[in-house]
Amino acid sequence: MPAQVEPAFASSAPATGFADPVHDAQRAFRAIMTAMSRPGHRQDLDAGALRPPAPLTPVAAAVALTLFDYDTPVWLDQALADTTPVRRFLSFHTGCPITTDPSEAAFALISDPARMSSPADFAQGSLEYPDRSTTLIVMVGEISAGRQVSLSGPGLNAPVSIGIADIPSAIWPQLIANRAHFPCGVDLLFADRGGLAGLPRSTRISLERG
Amino acid sequence: MSALDNTARADGSEGSYNFAYLDEQTKRMIRRAILKAIAVPGYQVPFASREMPMPYGWGTGGVQVTAAILGSDDVLKVIDQGSDDTTNAVSIRAFFEKTANVATTTHTAEATIIQTRHRIPERQLEEGQILVYQVPIPEPLRFLEPRETETRKMHALEEYGLMHVKLYEDIARHGHIATTYAYPVKVDGRYVMDPSPTPKFDNPKMHDMAALQLFGAGREKRIYAVPPYTRVESLDFEDHPFQVQRFDKPCALCAAEDVYLDEVILDDRGGRMFVCSDTDHCEERRTAGHRGEMAGEEIAARLSAGHASDGEDGQ
Repeated sequence: MPAQVEPAFASSAPATGFADPVHDAQRAFRAIMTAMSRPGHRQDLDAGALRPPAPLTPVAAAVALTLFDYDTPVWLDQALADTTPVRRFLSFHTGCPITTDPSEAAFALISDPARMSSPADFAQGSLEYPDRSTTLIVMVGEISAGRQVSLSGPGLNAPVSIGIADIPSAIWPQLIANRAHFPCGVDLLFADRGGLAGLPRSTRISLERG
Repeated sequence: MSALDNTARADGSEGSYNFAYLDEQTKRMIRRAILKAIAVPGYQVPFASREMPMPYGWGTGGVQVTAAILGSDDVLKVIDQGSDDTTNAVSIRAFFEKTANVATTTHTAEATIIQTRHRIPERQLEEGQILVYQVPIPEPLRFLEPRETETRKMHALEEYGLMHVKLYEDIARHGHIATTYAYPVKVDGRYVMDPSPTPKFDNPKMHDMAALQLFGAGREKRIYAVPPYTRVESLDFEDHPFQVQRFDKPCALCAAEDVYLDEVILDDRGGRMFVCSDTDHCEERRTAGHRGEMAGEEIAARLSAGHASDGEDGQ
């Protein structure tokens, strides 16, 4: 069939999801799980044919389709929340409720890290249930072996230095404070164009000098 | 779910299962719990454990964790008390062969996922491998404090004095810490965790392990984890440091030392032998030419003495 689509249909139908929902989600999950268990070590994640509406990126969309469903209230940053196709894409494929209260969110999608709000605004979990916290999915330009911060702790046999493009430097002291509240706190997944890196709350962060 | 797996049997003989049995919503729920467990090492994350087509106590927690992480390119190994060929291991391996059509192995080095009941393989695990434990009672404080509300508070406040009292009472009564399995550990200096009923011999292997360790308790509905390269310390006292079991003799089949041995009763006159509990490790050593005192060649040679002997192989 020719790839010709009725204009009216094209404007109203959400972009397609995983081509193979079972195995694509499994592959994406393994990348996410490895990212979380090896903080700061970037994992490739092939988003395949996913072409989500901007500013949602293919990798972030793959994470969303893998982890979101009707059990997970999702908070969107301003740029995403203002984009109807993004909301429609998420609700059509995952059925997730969208919340405007960050402290209620199981996941937060952040497309504009330069203006991201403090991690402390999101659900932190409690000492008795630290799992009741928000996981932040932050879309960034590039995750590199740069020299912004040094990470150590569970998952790391040696400290690892990483740099994350587009992240305001003010966020790092907030993330150091996030670690200080362990076991409470948020977990982060940074998604760049073709992969992701995890920053669970268990990771110790120190700012690189110079 | 609409996402029925296309590897389901075409002949329809068993109907169609979703890949790895669980439906996709259940997998997502378990996957989210696993991520929290990794982020808070040693903390028991509650999850909505499902009924599985096997009874509680048969590893339903481990099976659900494995089903949620398993992919079509994984190679699965399942062990029960170190052995690949006991009932529990055989049936779980067959379960995933049937429902996920994945490759299975008995060789530790070849496996990407190893589901285990009560042992850690002798061979050192590598980066990228995942060890999934079947856990009966995930709460290390449960036999000291039966109320979940209280144990939860004790973990929240990092109040683990009761566990040390228990170990102290061991010393007062027996002169040494008499706990030999499910020996409590502290993970990354924060949570006291039950390593599942592995012999304490295996506790040191959990420390700084290169592989990811995931724990599933089906009946108790808990998932917990130890990320790779994480500090795992067995609780002890300065004057009664943690010690592992020692065996007087090497394995009777492969002569391995520094491994965990099972006692096998041979007759009703006190005859017995001690052999590797890790069958794969033992077989690999024997293939490599190691021989223990009861390896069997002599007996086999004697038995076949009357016949034309056509081989050295006594196994």
